[in-house]
Amino acid sequence: MIEFRDVTKRFPDGTVAVDGFSLVMPSRKTTVLVGSSGSGKTTLLRMINRMVDLTSGAIEIDGEDTSRLAPVALRRRIGYVMQNSGLLPHFKVIDNVATVPVLNGVPRKQAREQALELLDTVGLERSIADRYPSQLSGGQQQRVGVARGLAADPNILLMDEPFGAVDPIVRSELQTELIRLQRELDKTVVFVTHDIDEAFLLGDQVVILQQGGRIAQVGSPTEIIEAPANDFVAHFIGAEKGKRALSVRATATGEILVDGDGRAVGVLVPQPGGSS
Amino acid sequence: MNWLFNNLDVIGSAIVAHLATALPAIVLSFVLSIPIGWLANRFRWSRGFLLTVCALLYAIPSLPLFIVLPLVIGTGLRDSINVVISMTIYGIALMARSTADGLASVDADVRQSATAMGFSPWSRFWRVELPLAGPVLLAGLRVVSVSTISLTTVGAVLGIESLGSLFTDGFQRNIPLEILTGIVLTIAMALVIDLLIVLLGRALMPWTRPVPAPSRAVPAAKDAVVA
Amino acid sequence: MNIFIAGIRWVLDPAHYGGINGIDTRTVQHLVITLVSLATAAAIAIPLGYLVGHTGRGRALAVAVSGGVRALPTLGFLILIALGVGVGFEAPYVALVVLGIPSILAGAYSGFEAIDRRTIDAARAVGMTEWQIVGKVEIPLGLPLLMGGLRLAALQIVATATLADYVGAGGLGHFIFLGLQTSDYPQMLAGSLVVIVLAIISEILFSILQKLVVPAGVAGGRLNDVRVKSSRSRAALG
Repeated sequence: MIEFRDVTKRFPDGTVAVDGFSLVMPSRKTTVLVGSSGSGKTTLLRMINRMVDLTSGAIEIDGEDTSRLAPVALRRRIGYVMQNSGLLPHFKVIDNVATVPVLNGVPRKQAREQALELLDTVGLERSIADRYPSQLSGGQQQRVGVARGLAADPNILLMDEPFGAVDPIVRSELQTELIRLQRELDKTVVFVTHDIDEAFLLGDQVVILQQGGRIAQVGSPTEIIEAPANDFVAHFIGAEKGKRALSVRATATGEILVDGDGRAVGVLVPQPGGSS
Repeated sequence: MNWLFNNLDVIGSAIVAHLATALPAIVLSFVLSIPIGWLANRFRWSRGFLLTVCALLYAIPSLPLFIVLPLVIGTGLRDSINVVISMTIYGIALMARSTADGLASVDADVRQSATAMGFSPWSRFWRVELPLAGPVLLAGLRVVSVSTISLTTVGAVLGIESLGSLFTDGFQRNIPLEILTGIVLTIAMALVIDLLIVLLGRALMPWTRPVPAPSRAVPAAKDAVVA
Repeated sequence: MNIFIAGIRWVLDPAHYGGINGIDTRTVQHLVITLVSLATAAAIAIPLGYLVGHTGRGRALAVAVSGGVRALPTLGFLILIALGVGVGFEAPYVALVVLGIPSILAGAYSGFEAIDRRTIDAARAVGMTEWQIVGKVEIPLGLPLLMGGLRLAALQIVATATLADYVGAGGLGHFIFLGLQTSDYPQMLAGSLVVIVLAIISEILFSILQKLVVPAGVAGGRLNDVRVKSSRSRAALG
């Protein structure tokens, strides 16, 4: 469990990125921080592994105040996946994945063996192990990034817009893959995105942020869609434009679902298995 | 101090001779590097070939060049034209690379839209590509100007007049002040010419002047920096 | 052209080898002055450049000092020191070290600065210490640009070492200055030709080295062409 207690971050130039932020991120669940630029979502994420230091307040991981932990040691037990993968260009794929275990003193041979297994886990061929990042596609690089994030078998995985720079088809594959991984591995995932659909798809708990890290609403996707807390949330999730208000319309051959503007978004089918 | 006041004419003459040697070389290297830079980007083979030639020319040490050059072009050993030509060769060797890089850095979209608007290749080069390459050219020209002004002094060991004459004369007559004067004047001249080039660049390329930033603090910009 | 041939004959004449004034002896002197000066300049400039490149602090100062030193006429500086410390090895040594520092300094810090900020950010995020970031990420990725700086410094030093004999420190300049005094053009030309050959050999050696140190996985041209502004302020946040 990660707990933010009245956390504030003021940058040296006076900008307040986060002001009085409090939140509990439950263990073994995915919490998605979603907001537009300036909402402080990346700052919040980076405060967890002390890439950004707090101005005031506290962050606890399983009851332990992170400010009492050495940043380097803390970072090594937290997985981190970023946009554009952040792979080291002069390390082979296998050594990129093995970076953290090697830093932690695991013998290189053993770390590489584990890294190979991780390639399987994230759905990559073992044959790419000896390639360099520049020789991979964007989607493959992101998978390697995820494998590296998992390499030290951390309880916590931080993901900073990890799928922001890949094309929509690959992004959708990676999202599906992440859902599968999360079912298998049961990590505490903190995921940052500006894409509300991605947030609803991946999040057990979704946090909608306004400027300056103020929480507009926290809840499960269902709770937020059912009852947007205010106009900001309604606008942000597209409810006011009618994107989330679907209705059934009969056509010559059956029934389709249309949104508030009357645009077709799907068809109505019987509930599979009869339960929700 | 006495030496200084008694020899203002010597100093003045050295300054004039130095400028008369360095300035033509700086201007010539800039002008001549333009067609070379253009050619470097024109063909697949030409870039590597021309830049290698430039690197080799630049590798020739200056004093030996002052000695070899007169044999090639048939001038006298103590002719200041040798220094002008040698400095032009170094200038081109440095500048051609900047010109080639600058021209290559012009956005392909801009180039295509210029063609689409109806610029002929000739006018597109002079009115779109060269001006847009300007900042890179300017940076290259600054390096050329400083190194030319500094290197021009070397000709003095062969007896070619420049600010370097104050070094050789000061050495033979054991007058440290004369040498110091030469050093200070050389650096000052390099700085003044550099400043003039920067000002000229600002006047000719108004679009590169920094825009005063909006006074309002934009939190969005902050996040972009952190993200 | 006759003088050219005479110059080449002068270089090839066995009578001009061996002894204190032999081409071989003077070449060795020239190389020793060059290498000792280059090594000293590197020993000073590389740690300083790495410090500036890693922390982003003192960059403006490094740029200003490098620019100022570039404008410094080495001949004048050399002579001024020689008047102070006397003729011999010391004056050219100091002058050549000062000459070499700016290029190496620039190569060292720009090598660090040319690295994608996200790569370094990621290295920090996975838990590398600052020393590990320097040793495992910044130094290997910065090597090509550092080598470029060393290449330029070597060229400048080997060329300018020709002036060493002007203050009595020997080297290949000896033939040039002696030839100048005695109006012996072939001898001047001989000295010049050998220096030119040394300079070109230095260029070739360093251009090979420069290619060799490009880390596997990194496209050589990409790093060389990058001239990024310092975005180091971000590192201070981390």
